Amino acid sequence: MDTNLALILVLTPLLGFLVNVFFGKSLGKTVSGAIGTIAVAISFVVSVLLFNQITSTGKGIEVTLFDWIQISNLKINLGFLLDQLSVLWLLFVTGIGSLIHLYSISYMHDDENMHKFFAYLNLFVFFMITLVIGSNLLVLFIGWEGVGLCSYLLIGFWHKNQDYNDAAKKAFIMNRIGDLGLLIGMFIIGSMFSTLDYATLKTAIAGASNLNLPLLSLAALCLFIGACGKSAQIPLYTWLPDAMAGPTPVSALIHAATMVTAGIFMVTRLNFVFDLATDVQSVIAIIGAITSLVAATIGLVQTDIKKVLAYSTVSQLGLMFLALGFGAYEVAVFHVITHAFFKACLFLGSGSVIHGLHGEQDMRNMGGLRKAMPITFWTMLISSLAISGVPFFSGFFSKDEILLTAFHHSIPLYVVGSIASIMTAFYMFRLMFLTFFKEFRGTEEQKHHLHESGSLITIPLIILAILATFGGLISLPGNSWLNEYLAPLFTKVAGEEHHLGTTEYTLMGVAVLGGLLGILIAYVKYFKQDNVPESNENITGLSKVLYNKYYVDEIYDAVFVAPVNSLSKFFRDYIETGLSAAVFGLGKIANEIAFQGKKLQTGSIGLYLFVFVLGLCAIVSYIFLAQ
Amino acid sequence: MIHIPDFAHATTVQVIFCFLAFITVITAFLTIFSRNPIHSAIYLVICFFSIAGHYLLLNSQFLAVVHIIVYSGAIMILFLFTIMLMNLNEQREVHRPRITRLGAIVSFCLILIVLITIFINSKPIVGEYDSTGEDFQSIKVLGKILLDEYMVPFEFASVLLLVAMIGTVLLSKKEKLNK
Amino acid sequence: MGNILNQIGIENYIFLSVVLFCIGIFGVLYRRNAIIVFMSIEIMLNAVNLLFVAFSTYHQDAQGQVFVFFSMAVAAAEVAVGLAILVSIFRNIGSISIDNLKNLKG
Repeated sequence: MDTNLALILVLTPLLGFLVNVFFGKSLGKTVSGAIGTIAVAISFVVSVLLFNQITSTGKGIEVTLFDWIQISNLKINLGFLLDQLSVLWLLFVTGIGSLIHLYSISYMHDDENMHKFFAYLNLFVFFMITLVIGSNLLVLFIGWEGVGLCSYLLIGFWHKNQDYNDAAKKAFIMNRIGDLGLLIGMFIIGSMFSTLDYATLKTAIAGASNLNLPLLSLAALCLFIGACGKSAQIPLYTWLPDAMAGPTPVSALIHAATMVTAGIFMVTRLNFVFDLATDVQSVIAIIGAITSLVAATIGLVQTDIKKVLAYSTVSQLGLMFLALGFGAYEVAVFHVITHAFFKACLFLGSGSVIHGLHGEQDMRNMGGLRKAMPITFWTMLISSLAISGVPFFSGFFSKDEILLTAFHHSIPLYVVGSIASIMTAFYMFRLMFLTFFKEFRGTEEQKHHLHESGSLITIPLIILAILATFGGLISLPGNSWLNEYLAPLFTKVAGEEHHLGTTEYTLMGVAVLGGLLGILIAYVKYFKQDNVPESNENITGLSKVLYNKYYVDEIYDAVFVAPVNSLSKFFRDYIETGLSAAVFGLGKIANEIAFQGKKLQTGSIGLYLFVFVLGLCAIVSYIFLAQ
Repeated sequence: MIHIPDFAHATTVQVIFCFLAFITVITAFLTIFSRNPIHSAIYLVICFFSIAGHYLLLNSQFLAVVHIIVYSGAIMILFLFTIMLMNLNEQREVHRPRITRLGAIVSFCLILIVLITIFINSKPIVGEYDSTGEDFQSIKVLGKILLDEYMVPFEFASVLLLVAMIGTVLLSKKEKLNK
Repeated sequence: MGNILNQIGIENYIFLSVVLFCIGIFGVLYRRNAIIVFMSIEIMLNAVNLLFVAFSTYHQDAQGQVFVFFSMAVAAAEVAVGLAILVSIFRNIGSISIDNLKNLKG
């Protein structure tokens, strides 16, 4: 029964993918979209069933399909592990996935390759489920690579634009760097414990008497590099903003809600490894904090609506890693969930806006959309409030918990995180004000066509907005359902942060005030004073640095790409020329020798016979006389 | 060492051998030097007959008979037929350059010297020759050996001759028939 | 009856066949006419056969004669095929001088 459920869960999206790939074109757009959506929805229903089962029994389900690899003492099964963590992930992956599929039916309806789009989306969901429910690191790795592939395919979905293709390649290559780290980490763990299975690994680590801690830390660091690549942390974050080249539902599903949280999932899954590697935990916390701040500052001045959201995503992911670094896995998971709700809602809202404006993404050409698109406006407003940490919205609870955890462990990192949160509030409301308030700044034609999107677009928005509002209820401070639910996964005793004292209330107040301050600044600057960000040439000073993303891409270009290019050029111009000359030279020498030798072949049989007899004489005399 | 025959006290056998050897060498040379191919062929027949005489002298009657049948009978007839078929005569003989003759004579002397030196250098034969008195070369014995010990090569030889026959027919067929 | 070699000596047969063999080689080199070249080759073959028979007597063994028998069979086949080839060459180029056969030129 469990095996069947798990197989249905995994294989339905794959089936959807196959149907759409092979028959999508002939089925027509609506049918193809419906198939894709239903496939994911079935997976969601199965996830809900599994969730019910697990909450009632309190035990994870292990499904082993078959022995996969067996080399000496290393044994790897193809198996699934459906425990609290993976089922939680499944719920929002398939849940939000279904909503986004539904949304895409309307959003992508004008695209000629819609069946391909749904095929890729289904394939993505398949790989994401594999990643989440794999019972060992190798199965996770399959999913990990698979989602990377789908991400590549979907970023470059509009492949007629070369910039988009470049963005897709960038994402793929950046991810490969991280994947290498993940692989090395897996190798180290495999060689240390002869297993990649989570459960076996956990007991092995718990039971090990003299553990090689430095090596384990190295493994943890390598795994974290993998997480960095997938979850867009410094120094591998630059692909995520570029990944906005893909269609907006893709940005919502892959680059905000699900795939980018794979790194957090992996770290949480292997919490027993990271708990032992305290140095690596500090590295994670610091990198998370820095990423959060850097991305937030860049987000302050971006004018492309999706770029703002992308940097916001990077920043929020940084906050999650901050929590992971302190060993507060359940807090990170909580933020992953709330973030999935409100960020998906924000992306879908921005998609609705872009759809309404026929592809316009620059906020300087928007404005005043509040009346034309009320549902979009209200849902996005709710989500913005949630992400800014306004009390009683979901983001407030999760972000507050992260900051609380940070405060208990390290004041500097708490400050960094708080500043990032204030900035978040500022740029989110800058986005809201520039997009929805004041007068419309676009062309007359666009203004004429302004309209609210259809119900297929607004229904997912409304559902997500509701979730963004009430999502925080799963983990209220002091009375956290989520912490209890996840408790069996973690070795350490959770709950030390949950006695609510004056410090906690003060910090909450500070956070709320900070958020409100950010909103206020945005209000003054972009509503009262009616500023509009200037066009690209007029940006100067610090904003110019920020607008150009700290020139990180340029620095990477100069440090990594340019040397490689010049090295290749060197090899092409000198080494290869030399090699070719050498090879051609050898050929010429052989040719010349053959040409000279050819003259010996006169074709005169008399001469041949004469030489033959002389040779016979020589050989016979050598054999019989030269002793 | 070269045994110089003592002509004064030569036995009959020795006289016959010397006579036959003389004929063999002379006719072999004449075969080569004759300008007319038909003369060459006739000298060659004489040469083969003398070799058959050698065989008889060595008491291998069967081989002597087979030799006469195969060489003097079959092969020489073939040669003569071919020569007549091509209508070869002295006039058609091409002029040979001097360098070719010189080269041929030099190599002839060279290989002769080399081979004779080798045989002189090799271990001299001492003592009496064995004579078991057993019959080893009559037709009866040879026939038994051929069809017993050498059965398979014997059959292969027949196959070889068959194949050679087919090949010859194919080769000498007029090619116009194919076109 | 004693061994005939007691009266003649194996070495005389050896020298006779060496001389015959060398005459064969000489003929091959000296003549341009392919038929005479063929005849020279037959002389060489006969020189070897003679030696075989002589040694067969020397060893009082029939194996040498059996070998001569096979050698004759091969020679017969060779002559038949070789002459057929010569005929076909003659038919194609109108000459059997080996100087005219230059197709082996590289």
